[in-house]
Amino acid sequence: MEPLSNKRKVIEDKPLNFLERAYLPAIVQGLATTMKHFFRKPVTIAYPEQKREYSENFRGMHSLKRDENGKERCTACGLCALSCPAEAITMTAAERQKGEENLYREEKYAAVYEINMLRCIFCGLCEEACPKEAIYLDGPHVPSDYLRKDFIYGKDKLVEAPLNQ
Amino acid sequence: MEVADIIIKFVLVVVIFAISLVIAMYSTYAERKIAAFFQDRIGPNRAGPWGIFQPLADGGKMFLKEEIIPTNSNTFLFIAGPSLAILTACIGSAVIPWGQQLVIGKYTIPLQVTDINVGVLYIFGVVSLGVYGIMIGGWASNNKYSLLGAIRAASQNISYEIAMGLSIIALLMVTGTLSLKEIAAKQHGFWYHGWFTWNFFRQPLGFLLFIVCAFAETNRAPFDLPECETELIGGYHTEYSSMKLGFYLFSEYINMFVSGAVMATLYFGGYNFPFMHYFSGNVLALLGVVALFAKIFFFIFFFMWVRWTLPRFRYDQLMDLGWKILIPLAIANIIITGVWITYL
Repeated sequence: MEPLSNKRKVIEDKPLNFLERAYLPAIVQGLATTMKHFFRKPVTIAYPEQKREYSENFRGMHSLKRDENGKERCTACGLCALSCPAEAITMTAAERQKGEENLYREEKYAAVYEINMLRCIFCGLCEEACPKEAIYLDGPHVPSDYLRKDFIYGKDKLVEAPLNQ
Repeated sequence: MEVADIIIKFVLVVVIFAISLVIAMYSTYAERKIAAFFQDRIGPNRAGPWGIFQPLADGGKMFLKEEIIPTNSNTFLFIAGPSLAILTACIGSAVIPWGQQLVIGKYTIPLQVTDINVGVLYIFGVVSLGVYGIMIGGWASNNKYSLLGAIRAASQNISYEIAMGLSIIALLMVTGTLSLKEIAAKQHGFWYHGWFTWNFFRQPLGFLLFIVCAFAETNRAPFDLPECETELIGGYHTEYSSMKLGFYLFSEYINMFVSGAVMATLYFGGYNFPFMHYFSGNVLALLGVVALFAKIFFFIFFFMWVRWTLPRFRYDQLMDLGWKILIPLAIANIIITGVWITYL
């Protein structure tokens, strides 16, 4: 058969010569290799004291954003839930009452907003789908826990901390 | 013998015993650290600064672990195995000359527990006894992996002891004595009459054979077939737990220390070091001890260096190497040495 690439290499099965059979040159070579590693800088990151930097486009825990006046941006349109391939997002919409204008930006808001972190695959489609720039996956890792129910994150964990005025 | 002599010997024995145990303890730490450095890691660094209390933590763990004796094992032999292993490992250091003599007041203290005139043979006897600890432990465990490990240990030791003995014979032809004290004394200094005084430079092939056999006798990689995690789980110590396991591991490190001391004494001048004629008296003796320990530490480091470089031999390759290569080479070495002594 014609070779499909030029990477084919013919391997000769020739018998070992005396130096190769004597092991020792190869052993010395191996010892030199390990000695090179002995003086190399360790690649370890000593975890609790040092932490590895997250990459710029790392997608971690979700956060629900506030606008420049500290009002929640989410209007509970449900596009994030619709775009979610893992069906991890559920929400209940509610109408903004009088006197709550400083809490929610639009007339409609998410009374309940839950993400099941065990279902979420951190694909980032929700932040792409959001028309209000309300959800971003800019947090750290989702921490471990003991019970499944504790992985369903509500607004208490998701919404950004209010602005200090 | 005076009372003072007995006290001096007793103190010397206790000191050497303590030193071998402490060195064995810190060899475990050194092994882990050195393994880490060879693999671009940091190694244990939590217990104390740079992890220097790690051996204490490991020892404490060993003592506090549950002690399990398998129901179908032979209890007496099961306990005798590790005891014998650690006993034979500890008594080997008795004939090593750690240095020249110290003079304190009117007492002259030779830094050697006993200078028997068959010191080399004594070492060989003790080292061969070491395999019984492994064999008895492996047999008494009543576990097929342990038994396989024990059988391997036995056949490996028998094969390599022959080559080791033959390589030593050539050395003894050069030195003409079996006493380790005299062998060390004959390698005085470093350079004499246009050639090195250390036996390594008279017997390079002999040393090579000896160090290969020493690896096999101490069951270190690449000849660690008796333990061989990947094939035999733990080999002869599969069923062991708690401090009995600790004794097996400990005896391996003490064996490394002793065989390092033996190699340094036989081939690398023991307590001798270059430019030693500038010193005299107690200073010379103490510097000699330092020199010997530096050589021993280098050999321990070398043991570990090789462990993290070479993969384990297959069992038939091990036997091939022992019987078909090392023994013929050792015999050839004897003949060459004989010709050299006779005609030069």
